[in-house]
Amino acid sequence: MASPARSGRMLLTAPALAIIVAFMLLPLLLMAYISILEKGPAGGVRWGAHTVEAYVAFLFERDLADELVLNTDYLRIFLRSFWLAGLTTLITLAIGFPTALGMALAPPRWRTFLIFLVTVPFWANLLVRNYAWIILLRNNGLVDQARHAVGLGSGPLDLLYTPVAVLIGLVYSYLPFMVLPIFASLEKLDWRLVEAAFDLGARRWQALRRIVVPLAMPGIVAGCILVFIPGLGAFITPELLGGGKALMIGNLIQSQFGAARNWPFGAALSFALLALVLLAMLAYLLRYRAPPGAER
Amino acid sequence: MSPSSLRFPGLRAVLASFFVYLYLPIIVLVVLSFNASPQATIWTGFSIDWYGRVLDNPDLMRAFRNSLLIATTAAVGATVLATLAALGTQRRQGGAVDAVNAVIALPLVVPEIVTAVASLLFFIMIGLRLGLGTVILAHLVFCIPFAYLPIRARLEGMDAALEEAAADLYATPAATFRRVTLPLLWPGLLSGLMLAFIISLDDFVITYFVSGPGATTLPVYIFGMIRIGVSPEVNAVSSLILLISIAFVAASWVIGRLKR
Amino acid sequence: MTVRIRAGAVGMAMLAMLAAGGAQAAGELYLYNWTNYFPPDLLKKFEADTGIKVILDTYDSNETMLAKLQAGGGGYDVVVPSDYIVPVMIEEGLLLEIDAGAMENFKNVASPFDKQWFDPERKYTAPYMWGTTGFSYDSARVPGGALEESWASFFAPPPELHGQVAALNDEVELYNAAALYLGVDKCTESAEEAQKILDVLEKQKPLLAMYQSDGTIERMIAGEVIMHHQWNGAAHRTREQKPSVVFVYPKEGLNFWQDNFAVPKDARNAENAKVFINWMMAPENIAVASNFTGYMNAIKGSEQFMDAALRDDPAVVMPAEYADRLSPAKDCSEKARELRNKVWTRLKK
Repeated sequence: MASPARSGRMLLTAPALAIIVAFMLLPLLLMAYISILEKGPAGGVRWGAHTVEAYVAFLFERDLADELVLNTDYLRIFLRSFWLAGLTTLITLAIGFPTALGMALAPPRWRTFLIFLVTVPFWANLLVRNYAWIILLRNNGLVDQARHAVGLGSGPLDLLYTPVAVLIGLVYSYLPFMVLPIFASLEKLDWRLVEAAFDLGARRWQALRRIVVPLAMPGIVAGCILVFIPGLGAFITPELLGGGKALMIGNLIQSQFGAARNWPFGAALSFALLALVLLAMLAYLLRYRAPPGAER
Repeated sequence: MSPSSLRFPGLRAVLASFFVYLYLPIIVLVVLSFNASPQATIWTGFSIDWYGRVLDNPDLMRAFRNSLLIATTAAVGATVLATLAALGTQRRQGGAVDAVNAVIALPLVVPEIVTAVASLLFFIMIGLRLGLGTVILAHLVFCIPFAYLPIRARLEGMDAALEEAAADLYATPAATFRRVTLPLLWPGLLSGLMLAFIISLDDFVITYFVSGPGATTLPVYIFGMIRIGVSPEVNAVSSLILLISIAFVAASWVIGRLKR
Repeated sequence: MTVRIRAGAVGMAMLAMLAAGGAQAAGELYLYNWTNYFPPDLLKKFEADTGIKVILDTYDSNETMLAKLQAGGGGYDVVVPSDYIVPVMIEEGLLLEIDAGAMENFKNVASPFDKQWFDPERKYTAPYMWGTTGFSYDSARVPGGALEESWASFFAPPPELHGQVAALNDEVELYNAAALYLGVDKCTESAEEAQKILDVLEKQKPLLAMYQSDGTIERMIAGEVIMHHQWNGAAHRTREQKPSVVFVYPKEGLNFWQDNFAVPKDARNAENAKVFINWMMAPENIAVASNFTGYMNAIKGSEQFMDAALRDDPAVVMPAEYADRLSPAKDCSEKARELRNKVWTRLKK
């Protein structure tokens, strides 16, 4: 496969791997250990006292007779976060792909400028951006007023504090993470290929599906990972725009290190999440990674 | 201009509406920084007082400087490491590459609060003194995947012929990198750098835990306001940051023009 | 390529230096507090008076501050913990004994703040601000112009208010309010009582517009909601711009909280911290802080330096007849906390 000259290249991954192993994997192992410790009476943990209680508590609780019974509260919260992150990923992809295509087709001297332009809004703080959305979306807010001014309905929109508002906010927050990777992979596209396809009588959708999308695939995958996984942990936007009526994985785990002072359970919840994400990735690899030499 | 753009006539409109969506809240945010009212979201009149307050608030200014310093250092560092890693896995498949990708994606998968507490415990354990340095280190780690994925997406399927041709012409590896690889990589590199930068600039939870005295950043400062009420100072300081970013954009625009 | 790697190594070395650096000179004070909870001008006055330079760092809740100190993060000289978290910090050995009770300006501390359950001899803490958590409503928009002074008005509001009520998005505050409403111990260890609290909260949930802790002032002024579960200082700021708003001291009792100055064990400038804490117990200084935060302090004689609007607001200076309605915070047992968190999770599952 790789020529001997290139096999040394693998070494280039060493600095990044070293940093991540030292300052991410090692701390994570420490956390794994914490997840099997007993929680301390005032928070923190009891070093040396082991239990798997935290993992049991993810799915079961003790009823009054001290029997273990199934408790689906945490699963439902997990499901909600997965659903929301998935929906956000689909919508950012639907908006992000044509946008990235438009950017890639812009004149070359525009392109660096466009990359900056996509990220500028995100230099402003997350909280402040969400407040701006509240002002736009709330009843009698700017969107409402604009709608009334052009004569589209008269009553309040009742958009803020609904799942739609949460999606608007989340999609907004994650758009650059979808647009830029797709743009980066589309920009190298040799448009002569597309032209040739058109010359051969291909229709627009065929050209897109057969040539553009396959070439953009690495960017699409990267974008989906960068939106979906951080989206799983998102909770500030859902809380501010959704009215705080439903917990997300993010604030469930956060509260274990906060008001609940139950570090082991917080750690166990994280490893449950980690396991689910790894399973999803594995499923993706098994399903879509074609065996070597096979035609895709 | 590429003739293909003519084949997709709706794209201009898509691009335009995308940027309207992107900039609508930003316009609101900047307008409200000129609000006279102490309540950020209720307009009462025009005033530039909040800018005066920001400039006169040494703690807020320090948080502002810390944020920019941390985000710049971490994003640049992460982009360098990510570029090396992406070049290392370029045009390779198989178990080793999958393993590398999995390790690099790790900081993405772990919930922030867990990374935060784990990093803090770990830093204390190995005797690091908390401060700006520990914050930069933690940011560097979680920025790497955000820089790596766009760069790798860029590299994947890229033609090796150019680099090999350069090598055949006896170009040194360094020259090949500078003259051939880097220009080819540029859109991915810049995308990765910018994504790493904005993700670092927005981080609150990890920063909060691994920071030491004097290392408060803007998000930590702003979240601390929740109990007392967020003031338009925050809009003003965000607008100042936007101003800096717009200076960058303007510079890139001018440079883009000059190159032609 | 080697050039790049070397550049990376230099970067790492610089990082290490940054991490090791940051040593403090004499004459500094690292204050760890909520954002916007201390007037910047007062810090400047302190610097002018004493020559000690104050550097402010911020946090967003008692619990995150505790978690950070428990994990060993520190280096701060003064922290501002609330009452219920103080015994935990003492027990965990996180606080330095500063004997605030023996400080020169401690004589200014009003009763009952000189002796408090969480630190009876004031060995570790000195008072900063105190306040209450009740609810407020816009009297112009409720039927009859007034509501009963009871948590019932909040947990079971009249039909006109349905969908126009907001609760604090705060596990502890909301749970405590429901416990007070039911007359149940807020640190109950009984599953049946916790279930009753959950029932109240679940019944209220569909009537609420939202759970939200920030922006309460704006939401009330803008009229987005008619009633808001609120801290009294926030209610005061709401009333400044919307005088028709009333802050309610419910007859079943309401949460009474006190924030305190304390010195962490690993403080590097403990002497400066004591100077600061003593200085803050002078009426003319603490009054500036009250004017800025909108909360009442515990220092005798500070009223004369306070803004009239603040001094005259019953939401801030509690009318004497309500004194028996105050329900001091307490730190709940492990079991009680677990029940509380379960109720919270089930409410929002």
